[in-house]
Amino acid sequence: MKKKMIATRDGFGEGLLELGRKNKKVVVLSADLTESTRACWFKDKYPGRFISCGVAEQNMISAAAGLALGGKVPFACTFGVFAAGRAWNQLSISVCYMNLNVNIAGTHCGISVGPDGATHQALEEISLMRALPNMTVVVPADALEAKKATVEAAKIPGPVYLRLTRCAVPVISKESDKFEIGRAKVVKRGKDLTIIACGNMVFEALSAARGLKKEDIDVRVINMHTPKPIDKKAVIKAARETGAIVTCEEHTVYGGLGSAVAEIVSQNCPVPLKMIGIDNQFGQSGNNEELMKFYKLTSEDIKLAVKRLLKKK
Amino acid sequence: MSKKRPDIKKLEDKAVEIREDILNMLGKAGSGHTGGSLSLVELLLTLYFYEMRHNPENPGWDKRDKFILSKGHGCPALYAVLADAGYFPREWLWTLRKMGSRLQGHPQKDISMGIEASTGSLGQGLSIACGLALSAMLDSNKAVRTYCLMGDGELQEGQVWEAAMMAVHYKLDNLCAIVDWNKLQIDGWVKDVMGIEPLNKKWKAFGWEVFEADGHNFESIMEAFNKARGVKGKPAIILARTVKGKGVSFIENQAGWHGIAPKKDELKRALEELRKG
Repeated sequence: MKKKMIATRDGFGEGLLELGRKNKKVVVLSADLTESTRACWFKDKYPGRFISCGVAEQNMISAAAGLALGGKVPFACTFGVFAAGRAWNQLSISVCYMNLNVNIAGTHCGISVGPDGATHQALEEISLMRALPNMTVVVPADALEAKKATVEAAKIPGPVYLRLTRCAVPVISKESDKFEIGRAKVVKRGKDLTIIACGNMVFEALSAARGLKKEDIDVRVINMHTPKPIDKKAVIKAARETGAIVTCEEHTVYGGLGSAVAEIVSQNCPVPLKMIGIDNQFGQSGNNEELMKFYKLTSEDIKLAVKRLLKKK
Repeated sequence: MSKKRPDIKKLEDKAVEIREDILNMLGKAGSGHTGGSLSLVELLLTLYFYEMRHNPENPGWDKRDKFILSKGHGCPALYAVLADAGYFPREWLWTLRKMGSRLQGHPQKDISMGIEASTGSLGQGLSIACGLALSAMLDSNKAVRTYCLMGDGELQEGQVWEAAMMAVHYKLDNLCAIVDWNKLQIDGWVKDVMGIEPLNKKWKAFGWEVFEADGHNFESIMEAFNKARGVKGKPAIILARTVKGKGVSFIENQAGWHGIAPKKDELKRALEELRKG
């Protein structure tokens, strides 16, 4: 059965609508990307709680902190590149240092944004956000998960960064699936090796695992939708039980999900590990599929990495 | 629209005590920002003993006015005034900048001791104040006012002007900014480091109601606050002409005194001079 294709930003937009209905404290800020981030759905329904900030991300983030100090639950929306790169010190001092319930939605993340090119492809924010004390980092694997993550983010007293994408990805979870920030999901059981992925790479990882099954390679797949705080137990269990780990992210391998996994594995239960991601490069224009191939982020690349790593086991 | 006038003579005496506290705190700490703390004394005393509705007995009072010290490095002055107002014991002042102290080198949010926000990375305070003012407006709680004190060197930060636009766009007349206009910053005279003039015209052009005051004269500051409170439909800003290092002749107007604390002999001389008046 062909899966429904929906961008995670759409799930976020729906999550905001649910929050708008249920929680009067929720306010939404946008830095002139209201349609693109799907904040517009909230704006249309709850205009009195929508705050247009113009192209001024630094002010948006600190103003969100002020709103949180005033008792609101703000969601600040912009592209991932700007959220993390443009307002990092504001996130650090105005938001994280005060440990406020400010939620940041960064859309258009990863290389799959496509034709806009390097200036708009957020490839570093997991690292940047992960480095901030008190910050939670969530990378939903599909639209349903994005909706649940949005609703959950509002309940966490500290700041949360939601990493979202523009390109449609298959919906691999079910409405009834339990979603808990910080708790990894094993989406496929297996014993030979574990692939730990986040975001749309979870689907690629699953496709790779299914392909490998035909070659009698039994791979576990973990949807690590929360790179921080990472589910340490799930990582250690995977390392102990399967003896090798491949990480997959549409993001630089410097400081992202792969690094987070390596930090745990290397200090607790060293096993062979391979990180799939962007390696010290900027992005470029192209269509989604071309770019994923060029940067070696497809299920075929994952399969190859798994086979190579198994030899080192 | 004026409030009950405090006894000016008493405030003036208090200003001397606060300056003594600041110098003693910095002397004990062995580091910190002397010049930009001494320039704030009258402005802070007017805020806490005349202008703002607040209750040191109940620091979390939901109807309180909010104060953000955007130029966080001036916090010795804020700590001294908060202690004097009764937010925490005076003895805490002597722990400034020491390991484990709640009096951090730059303010760390702690509403129980009257500190509304963490600041120190310049340029963020006015945005935070905009958020607070917006949230009061969304709650139709317009009686709650938000005050934000910035340095003049700080106005070189682009974020300040982003916030300046936001405050006007959302007609935040429950917001009042104050500039400690002492004309000096760490590298020297503001005009030499990166000119910001014409300041009055700039804020006017951004849509603010602008008032000027003598930042060391209580009458002048109170008058400016009275006028600012009456402004409707837009935010107000008070450009307060101050002297960096005010009160101690050898510290006044010296950029070199931006980020250093008085040594033992300097402290002695400074305190003697303050007491003589």
